[in-house]
Amino acid sequence: MNYSSYIALIPLLPLAAFVLLGLFGRKYFNRSAGIIATLLLLVAAGLSLYTAYQYFFVNGKVGDAYQSITAVKFTWLTFSENVSIDMGILLDPISVMMLVVVTFVSLMVHIFSLGYMKGEERFATYYAFLGLFTFSMLGLVVSSNLFQIYMFWELVGASSYLLIGYYFQKPSAVAASKKAFIVTRFADLGFLIGILILAFYGESLDFNTIIHNLTTQQSSQFLAITSASFIGVSALTWGLVMVFMGGAGKSAMFPLHIWLPDAMEGPTPVSALIHAATMVVAGVFLVARLFPVFSINADALSVVTIIGVTSALFAAIIACTQTDIKRVLAYSTMSQIGYMMFALGVSGYGGENGLGYTASMFHLFTHAFFKSLLFLGAGAVIHLVHSNEMKDMGGLRKLMPITHISFLIACLAIAGIWPFAGFFSKEEILLAAYNKSMVVYVIALVTSGLTAFYMFRLYFSIFWNKEAAVHDHHHGEGTFSMKLPLILLAVCSVAAGFIHFGNYVSSDGTALASAFHLSFAAAPLALGIGGILLAMWLYKTANDKPERLATALGGLYKAAYKKFYIDELYLFITKKLVFNLIGRPAAWIDKNIIDGLMNGIAAATGWISNLIKTLQSGKVQNYLLYFFGGIAALVIIFIYIWKP
Amino acid sequence: MSDIPISHILFVSTALFFIGMYGLFTRRNMITMLMAIELILNSVNINFVVFNKYLYPDKLDGIFFTIFIVTIAAAEAAVAIAIIINLYRSHKSIDVEDATDMKY
Repeated sequence: MNYSSYIALIPLLPLAAFVLLGLFGRKYFNRSAGIIATLLLLVAAGLSLYTAYQYFFVNGKVGDAYQSITAVKFTWLTFSENVSIDMGILLDPISVMMLVVVTFVSLMVHIFSLGYMKGEERFATYYAFLGLFTFSMLGLVVSSNLFQIYMFWELVGASSYLLIGYYFQKPSAVAASKKAFIVTRFADLGFLIGILILAFYGESLDFNTIIHNLTTQQSSQFLAITSASFIGVSALTWGLVMVFMGGAGKSAMFPLHIWLPDAMEGPTPVSALIHAATMVVAGVFLVARLFPVFSINADALSVVTIIGVTSALFAAIIACTQTDIKRVLAYSTMSQIGYMMFALGVSGYGGENGLGYTASMFHLFTHAFFKSLLFLGAGAVIHLVHSNEMKDMGGLRKLMPITHISFLIACLAIAGIWPFAGFFSKEEILLAAYNKSMVVYVIALVTSGLTAFYMFRLYFSIFWNKEAAVHDHHHGEGTFSMKLPLILLAVCSVAAGFIHFGNYVSSDGTALASAFHLSFAAAPLALGIGGILLAMWLYKTANDKPERLATALGGLYKAAYKKFYIDELYLFITKKLVFNLIGRPAAWIDKNIIDGLMNGIAAATGWISNLIKTLQSGKVQNYLLYFFGGIAALVIIFIYIWKP
Repeated sequence: MSDIPISHILFVSTALFFIGMYGLFTRRNMITMLMAIELILNSVNINFVVFNKYLYPDKLDGIFFTIFIVTIAAAEAAVAIAIIINLYRSHKSIDVEDATDMKY
C-alpha cells in the first residue's frame, strides 16, 4: 500500500510545460513547443497508466473492495488549530480512472495539435494553455478535499476561458469566452455556497471525513444538517443542490448550458479536450465524488435526475437541427452528459443498487474516447474544408479515408451499436433507469434514437451527400500526427466497451456483476438502427427531403433550430430586466453620487488653491514678512490674548 | 562691568535685532541681507551671554549656546554665499527681486 510521491508528478509535469512554455515559449521554443509539451505529457500519461495498473491490479484492493487512498497530503494553509486547508492526492477508482482518461485524451490532443495548429503565431502559448488546463484538470480529479477541488475547478474554468478566447482577434471568440466564464462563474457561486454548507455541518473539508460524518445516521453532524432547514428544505438538500448547481454549470446542464455551443469558437482540438472529453464531465465527477452523501438524500437525487434527463432530451432535439458541425457535437456532448447525470440520479449506494453509478462512470469513460475522436475528426475535416458548415462539406470519404473510418466508428459508438463502446455503457444506463423509473427510461430511449439520427445526419452530410467540391485541397488529409490520434482513439472506442467496468468502479468499491440481457438490448438497438436508417434515407444523397421535412415540422423545427430561444430568454432577463432595473440605477448612483462626491472634493480643492496661489509670489522678502508677521502674531496671542 | 544694568545691554541687543530686521526687509542685495541676518544672530548671542552672566553666573549654558550659534552662523554664511554665487551664475544678478522663478 505504499504509493510513492511519483503520483504528484502526473499533474506537475503539465504544470512544468505551462511554466516553461508560458515564460520562455514564444522567444525560444516557438517551433519546438509542441514536441516539448507532448513529451512531458507522454511521461505523465505513462505514469498514470502505471498508477492505474498498480491501483487496480496490484495493491488497491483490501479484501473485496477498492480502498480510497491518500497518496500525498500536506497542510497548505492553517487558519487555526482546527481549521486548515490541505492539499492532497486521493486515489480511488474514479480518480484513477479520470487520471488515465485525462492524460490519454490530453496526449491525443497534444499530438493532433502538432499538425492542426502548425504555423500558428502563438503556437507556444497554445501549448502552454493546454498544459495549464491539463494540470488543473488532473489536480481536480485527485483532489482530497472540497477546497482543493474548488480551487482547481476555477483554474479549469480560467484555462477554458483562455483557450476559448485563443483567437482573440475574432470578436465572436472573445464574446464566447466571456460568456463561458460568466455562466460557469455564476454556477460556481452556488458551488461555493454548497461547499460552505457541507463543510460547516460536516465539520471538515476533507472528502472522506465529510462523507463519513454526513452519512452516519447517528452522528451529531448528520442530525444537525438534517434538522436545520431553510424555506422548508433541509440544509443537506440545499448544500447538495447548490453543489450540483456548480456541477451543472461546468457540465453544461440545462438551463446553464448556453455557454457550451459558443465555446466551440476555440480551436477544435481544444473543444475535443475541454468541451467534450474532460472538463465538462467535471460536474458528473463532482456528483460521483460526493455520491455517498447524495445517495442518502432522495430530493437532491431527483433534482440531478430531472436536470440530467431534461438536458439529454433537450440537447438531442436541438442537435438534429444545427448546421455547424461543431455545434452538433457540442449539443451531443450536452446530451451525453445528461445521460451520465441521470444515471447518477437513479442510482443507489452499494451492491446492485449502485448500477447507475457504475454505468455513469462507464459512460464517462467511453464517451471521453469517442467524443474526442468525433471532435478530432471534425477538426481534420475543418482543417481540410476551412469551414464549420455542413453545406460546405460532402463526399469527403474518398479524400480522407482514415478520418472517414474513425468518424464512422465514433458515430456507431455514440449511437450505441454493438460492439462499439457506447453500446455497453448506454445499456447499463438504460438498465439502471429501467429499474428505477419508467418515465426516465422512455425519455432515455427516445434520446438514444435521436442520438443515432443526428450523429448519422452529421456523418452522411460530411462524408456522403454530394460529390466533393474540388477546391484547394492542397494538404490532403493532414499530417501523420493528425492521423495517429484518430487511429488510437478509434481503437479505444471499439475496445473500451469490453472492459468489465463494474469490476473496477462501483459506488462502494466492491465488484459489481454487470447484468446484461440480450432481450433488454433489443429496444435501444432497434431505435438506434432506425435512427441511422432514417438519417441515411434523408442525407445519404443530396435531395430535398430534409427541407420538406423541416417545412412539415414548421414551428417545432424552427424552435429547435433557434435552440428553443434559451439564449434569447437569457438576453431578455439580463439586458431588459437586470440591466434596466438594477444596472441603470446602480450606474446612475455611481455616476452622480459616488463620482459626484469625488469630483466635488477635487473642484473645491482646485478653487481654494486658485484663491491662495498668489501668496506664492516668489519674492523672498514677502515670505520673510509672512514668517515674522506670523511669529509676532503668535507672540501677541500667547502673551496678551491667550489666558488659560 | 556689573555696574551696567541689564536693561542697557538688552536695549543694545533689541536695537541690533531690529536693525537686522530692517536690513532684511529693505535691502534687495542678497549679500546685504546676509549681513542683516548676521546682525540678528548676534543680537541673540548678546542676549544669551547677558542672561547667563546676570541671572546664572555659576553656569555656562548660555556661553555654550553662543559658541554654537557662532559656529553655525559661519557654516550658514558659507552655504548662503555658495547659493548666492550659483544664483549669480544663472541669473547674472544677486538681486532677490530677480530670483522669482519659484512662484506659482
